[in-house]
Amino acid sequence: MSSIPFSAQLINLFAAAILLLGFAMLAQRRNLALVNLFAFQGLCLCLATLTTAISTGQTHLFYSAGLTLALKVVALPWILYRLVRQLNVGGEAEALINIPTTMLVGIVLVMIAFNVALPISELSQTITRGTLGIALAVVMLAFLMMITRQKAISQVVGFLSMENGLFLAATSATYGMPMVVELGIALDVLVGMIILGVFFFQIRDQFDSLDIRHMEKLKDN
Amino acid sequence: MFGFLSLDLLLIAAVAWLVIGVAGLLAPGNTRFIAQLLFPVGAAIGIGVGLIGIAALGAPAETAVLAIGLPDLPFHLRLDNLSAVFALLLGFASAGISVYSAGYFREGKGTAPGLLCVEYHLFLASMLMVLLADDAYAFMVAWECMALSSFFLVTTDHRHDEIRRAGFLYLLIAHIGAIGILLCFGVMTGGAGDYRFAAMRAMELTPAWSSAAFLLALAGFGAKAGLVPLHVWLPEAHPAAPSPVSALMSGVMLKTAIYGLLRVSFDLVHTTIWWWGVVALAVGLATALFGVLYSTVQSDMKRLLAYSSIENIGLIAVGIGLTLVFHAYRMEALAALALTAVLYHCLAHAGFKSLLFLCTGSVLHATKERSLGKLGGLIHRMPWVAWLALAGIIAGAGLPPLSGFVSEWLLLQGFLFSPSLPHPWLNMIVPVAAALVVLVAALAGFAMVKFYGIIFLGQMREPALKDAHDAGPWEKAGLVWLTLVTVLLGVLPSPVILRLDAATRQLLGAGLADTLREQGWWMLAPISAERASYEPLLVLATIAVVLMVTRWLVRALYHGRVRRGSPWDCGYHFEGPRAQDTAEGFSQPIRRIFEPMFRMERHFPAARDKQPYYSVKVEDHFWHWCYLPIARLANSISAMIVALQGGRIAVYLMYSFITLLLLLLVARP
Repeated sequence: MSSIPFSAQLINLFAAAILLLGFAMLAQRRNLALVNLFAFQGLCLCLATLTTAISTGQTHLFYSAGLTLALKVVALPWILYRLVRQLNVGGEAEALINIPTTMLVGIVLVMIAFNVALPISELSQTITRGTLGIALAVVMLAFLMMITRQKAISQVVGFLSMENGLFLAATSATYGMPMVVELGIALDVLVGMIILGVFFFQIRDQFDSLDIRHMEKLKDN
Repeated sequence: MFGFLSLDLLLIAAVAWLVIGVAGLLAPGNTRFIAQLLFPVGAAIGIGVGLIGIAALGAPAETAVLAIGLPDLPFHLRLDNLSAVFALLLGFASAGISVYSAGYFREGKGTAPGLLCVEYHLFLASMLMVLLADDAYAFMVAWECMALSSFFLVTTDHRHDEIRRAGFLYLLIAHIGAIGILLCFGVMTGGAGDYRFAAMRAMELTPAWSSAAFLLALAGFGAKAGLVPLHVWLPEAHPAAPSPVSALMSGVMLKTAIYGLLRVSFDLVHTTIWWWGVVALAVGLATALFGVLYSTVQSDMKRLLAYSSIENIGLIAVGIGLTLVFHAYRMEALAALALTAVLYHCLAHAGFKSLLFLCTGSVLHATKERSLGKLGGLIHRMPWVAWLALAGIIAGAGLPPLSGFVSEWLLLQGFLFSPSLPHPWLNMIVPVAAALVVLVAALAGFAMVKFYGIIFLGQMREPALKDAHDAGPWEKAGLVWLTLVTVLLGVLPSPVILRLDAATRQLLGAGLADTLREQGWWMLAPISAERASYEPLLVLATIAVVLMVTRWLVRALYHGRVRRGSPWDCGYHFEGPRAQDTAEGFSQPIRRIFEPMFRMERHFPAARDKQPYYSVKVEDHFWHWCYLPIARLANSISAMIVALQGGRIAVYLMYSFITLLLLLLVARP
């Protein structure tokens, strides 16, 4: 272990925290707590990016870290908070599959993710290459959360968490995407969030609930 | 010509057509302005296009690059002799149809006249651009404009369910054809990615790829032209469309498909393999025979003409096949003979089929009736239409001295020289094909006699027909113009063929001009006067003299000695106009002889029926052989796919998730 520099160990720590938070989100039933966990995940992501930026001297990663802080730790959780309050859906969220089973499936997914990412990270020359498997695992856990939840709001959190995973993957594999792309994605996420916020109100008006099972009627026969 | 190249003038004509179309939108509801000003101006441009086409025949090819198109992908244009032949066809045929339309379109249901004007002139302009295109991109853009504008023209009366269905069928098959054409162009670029026709001409393809290109072109252009089994849209779309549109589609648009086939198989692809000709010959014969048989048994006048168009396209394809066979064995003089027959038949068919479709339009306006069983005796009420239609009928039946005879005669001359082919199998096949062509020509005569006899001769089958009125002045002018074209093509074939010589010389390096120049303009002997010759003026004079002498004899011998009395009524007292031979009865022998070719549903009256009736419904075999199985297959596959759509977001997400997992596992480095 002594061969790994301190900064890389720090990055691995933050990445592990991100993965752990991913599991926590999978296990969390309450929507309000889910938003908190998402904010923490964003913070860890921001710190990991910052550490990478300091240790490698890639200036644009500083901007990325700042963007992450502004968007994923402050702006999006704040919007989500307001939505949860206004829609009054802070309470229990029913899952399709019970929590222990979901966790077991999540563990299997993490194993698959590490298995898949191993050959790729061996090709990579970056200091952060060890976190690629974690990033992939976060993406898959977020996906799993989107599948197993029934309330629209937890699906949106899952979607945003998936974006976190992708961001981590980009940082770990190639020290981040070009700035233009990152800015574009950030804007997309923000706009997407706002549109989904509007949709929540529409869905609730239509069905008196945010439960997505009601949308099964929408298919055409 | 006035410092302009012919190509520039044609471009100006296309733009002028578009301008006229857009001008129709200025007053979309003003029928008088659109019909009596814009359409005649469009007809004048048509005549201009025809004249430029004549002028460009024999002139060297002209090229141009337009600034419009995609960046780095401008439109390339080229006017050569082959384009010129079809441009003159388009110009002269559309001139007559536009003049006729000036009197035909009137206020009523369906598309507003302004919109109709846009679609109509866009259709004309896009057909012209198809002829001028010199790269695959420009060609496909023009081709699709043509398909779409004609689709909207077909569905002019879109309030009727069946018309919308017919339009959809047309669009569907047009797009199947377009895919074939696109693939054909793709093959001809040879993977070099250069879609200019000049690059395709320079490309040396292997025989296998050349064959693929030819077969794709035959399928793709065949769908537009109406070759079996992709002909099914014609008998549906033609009755649905307004008559001038049917005339334009049948007379001109089908020919653009023939143009495309000729362009690909003789200009863009170098090698010619003999079996291509056999394929084209077989498909053409099947189409011709099928078309003519079905046209004899129709009882809707426009359907009858639509099937007759299929038959004529089949004959043209037979000619192309024969040309390919001769060309493959480097017998260029004979190939030129067959190709001249093809081009001549295109011109002749454009004239007489447009004429006949327009005549059905006049009948339809005068009587509101399309079914042959409710017409009859109209020659008394509509003498102009009846006599002008007679010219179309004679040409369509392939009788001398009109245009249809010349082309069919040339085609048969081509067949008569086939024993010189250096291939034993071909020597056996080709005479059989010739015999079938003759059978088709005879049956076409039958169909035409049926069309004319049931509509115009005999007595009126319905009392309402007494109110029928003759065509108006604009309509008459259009009909007279097309009749003139038909008659001139019939009686003066030599000057026309001397002009066509430039096109055959460009494609094959040989032509008929040298032989014809030795003989004088009144005589047509394609190879030598000893083998076979045709003097149309002599035939015309003979017919005229015999008619006049007979008339004089009848007048002189019987004049004033005619007694009128009631005929023997065979014991029946109630014989009215309905006791005449009906459309179904007239074609009963054909239905009986060729029974396996039809899919018939018949109902016979039984002896104890309170209300006895007879009905017969003839359906197309190809629906049941090709189309319905495909439709059923598509339905059942869709039913399976619809099972995936459960309506649950979780399930949809699961699909993506499982796909992602599988891809990750499969694509592992």
